[in-house]
Amino acid sequence: MSTAVTDKPKPITSRADERFEVTMYKYVGAENSHTLNFYQSHGGYDAARKALSMEPSAVVDEMKKSGLRGRGGAGFPTGVKWSFMPPVDDRQRFIVCNADESEPGSCKDRYVMQDDPHQLIEGLIIAGHAISATKGVIYIRGEYYDAYERLRAAIAEAREECYLGENIFDSGNDFDIILHRGAGAYICGEETALMNSFEGLRANPRLKPPFPAQAGVYSRPSTINNVTSLASAVHIINKGAEWFNSMGTDDSKGFHHMQLSGPFKRPGVYEVPMGITYREIIYGLGGGPTERVKAFIPGGSSCPLLPFTDEYLDMPMEYASLAKAESMLGTGGLILIPQDKCIVDAHYNIVRFYAHESCGKCTPCREGVSTWLPKMYQKMLAGLGEPGDLELLEDVSANIRGRSFCVLADACIMPVQSSIKHFRAEYEYLIDNGKQLYPRKTWWKDD
Amino acid sequence: MIELETLTLFFSDKEELVKEILGRYPDYGQRSAVMPLLWEVQRAEQHVSEPRIEEIAHILDMHPTEVKGVMSFYSTYHEQPIGKFHLQICSTLSCSLAGSDEMYDFIVEETGLVNGETDRDGHFSLQKVECLGSCTTAPVLQVNDTYYERVTRSRCKMLLDAMREGEMPELERERGGDNAGEGQAELLGGE
Repeated sequence: MSTAVTDKPKPITSRADERFEVTMYKYVGAENSHTLNFYQSHGGYDAARKALSMEPSAVVDEMKKSGLRGRGGAGFPTGVKWSFMPPVDDRQRFIVCNADESEPGSCKDRYVMQDDPHQLIEGLIIAGHAISATKGVIYIRGEYYDAYERLRAAIAEAREECYLGENIFDSGNDFDIILHRGAGAYICGEETALMNSFEGLRANPRLKPPFPAQAGVYSRPSTINNVTSLASAVHIINKGAEWFNSMGTDDSKGFHHMQLSGPFKRPGVYEVPMGITYREIIYGLGGGPTERVKAFIPGGSSCPLLPFTDEYLDMPMEYASLAKAESMLGTGGLILIPQDKCIVDAHYNIVRFYAHESCGKCTPCREGVSTWLPKMYQKMLAGLGEPGDLELLEDVSANIRGRSFCVLADACIMPVQSSIKHFRAEYEYLIDNGKQLYPRKTWWKDD
Repeated sequence: MIELETLTLFFSDKEELVKEILGRYPDYGQRSAVMPLLWEVQRAEQHVSEPRIEEIAHILDMHPTEVKGVMSFYSTYHEQPIGKFHLQICSTLSCSLAGSDEMYDFIVEETGLVNGETDRDGHFSLQKVECLGSCTTAPVLQVNDTYYERVTRSRCKMLLDAMREGEMPELERERGGDNAGEGQAELLGGE
């Protein structure tokens, strides 16, 4: 039944196509790209020097003008976030990099940290200057050991050259980075949970307000950004806000990284300008699916899935269009769902993930996401579904949504609700017949 | 007569290391060192035992229960020793669509272990884990700190055979798209 390709096609890159300009990923994958020598050979740290010669407020303005929106999933304008910092007083200020990349489907940060760690360090220096913070924190997920080692070496190299430490680049500014390793918990991607984890507490999210700008790391003013948001700052300062702003659509500027997984001919990470269609991404870059596909998840597992139809394929990759389609741009982790995969089974996988990662702090998530949802899916998938089960699932979902302490529960509920909305027939078939409409169990390639 | 093993402190001869770790964090944030200290023990001893928890608590002026509270929150600190080769199979959606459920079954058959177990001689241990961030090169098998990506059935067998002999097999470079590196990938639309 499966038409999976067995020969391994050479990866494809968008570098030669003039519609695309690979910027952040330009040197990712190149030999020795993680070293300071290599980084400086193509203009590395020029942006940091330039930013340090500017007034902090001018750097923030440039970021605002660029229209960059946070690449960690929520899409909050980065420059605006930077401007939330209170006026400078005698308190230590922190710029925090959220490198706890754990959204299923996402892996864009890993390659930047592994192959081009100086780019992230430079981004942190720029952001630190913009918000007048003299301390940076990189919170990297524990599993990314190679990236951690590369970052550690890169930070040491930068300290040696006085790019970090006191009086960096002879600018009179001090700036240094604390590299902190997580230990495997998705919730640490939530900004306040990350801060608790960093401080040596259990990683439960904190109540907001106060927001991180008022009381973040160690209750001091802090700003937290995703890896590729910070790395984007390097190129925005280098090439100017207009250059970044000229790419994309009205509400979505610049470039994003699409991470293609599932049955793709050419899975991989692709740097694309905002606003290109999902058809171009899936067929042009990803080479199209290797088998029949019925749906795709546009931006990581928490984004509601969309049917694989012309209506959604011709939709531009931008925040507004996805919101209209009742989904999200998220981190850009695009997962194809094959025709043969039972939607209920696929969503049990997603539910199980969130059930495992729920921190247990609030009742809707602990009892709903962590207990009721997996049990209801297990019952259906075991062939024990009864009339009323689907309605109960809908009812429980509706009662969890919007009622949890942080967004983890919503991140689980939204894909569940969308799967019922678009593929209700598969749920009904499973409950009525006690077996899956698409029972295929073999997905592993033999060679 | 039963001979009791004398317990040596883990950090007693590692003053420099402790100083370096504590020195990373500001004076008012010394508690941040709890995770790196747990990591040191976990890496050296394949688990973090109760006495080590007490030792860390003592260094940081915390209660042992607080240290244990932090430790138990995360998936990668272990109360029981893991094997010399700790096999971690990603089971989340992208990997599952690439066959990680079958890979898990295969490894169960090959090693005789199920999720959470370590074999008698401490060689292999098995853990089903959630998304490892290697979705575009699924399925992924993490062995200790190393990611083996795009693991096919035959490659999985080869990996396990090598590890049975005590070897860490060499990595194959698995990349796709713009992260493959210049010259490593075909150009879109030809030259």
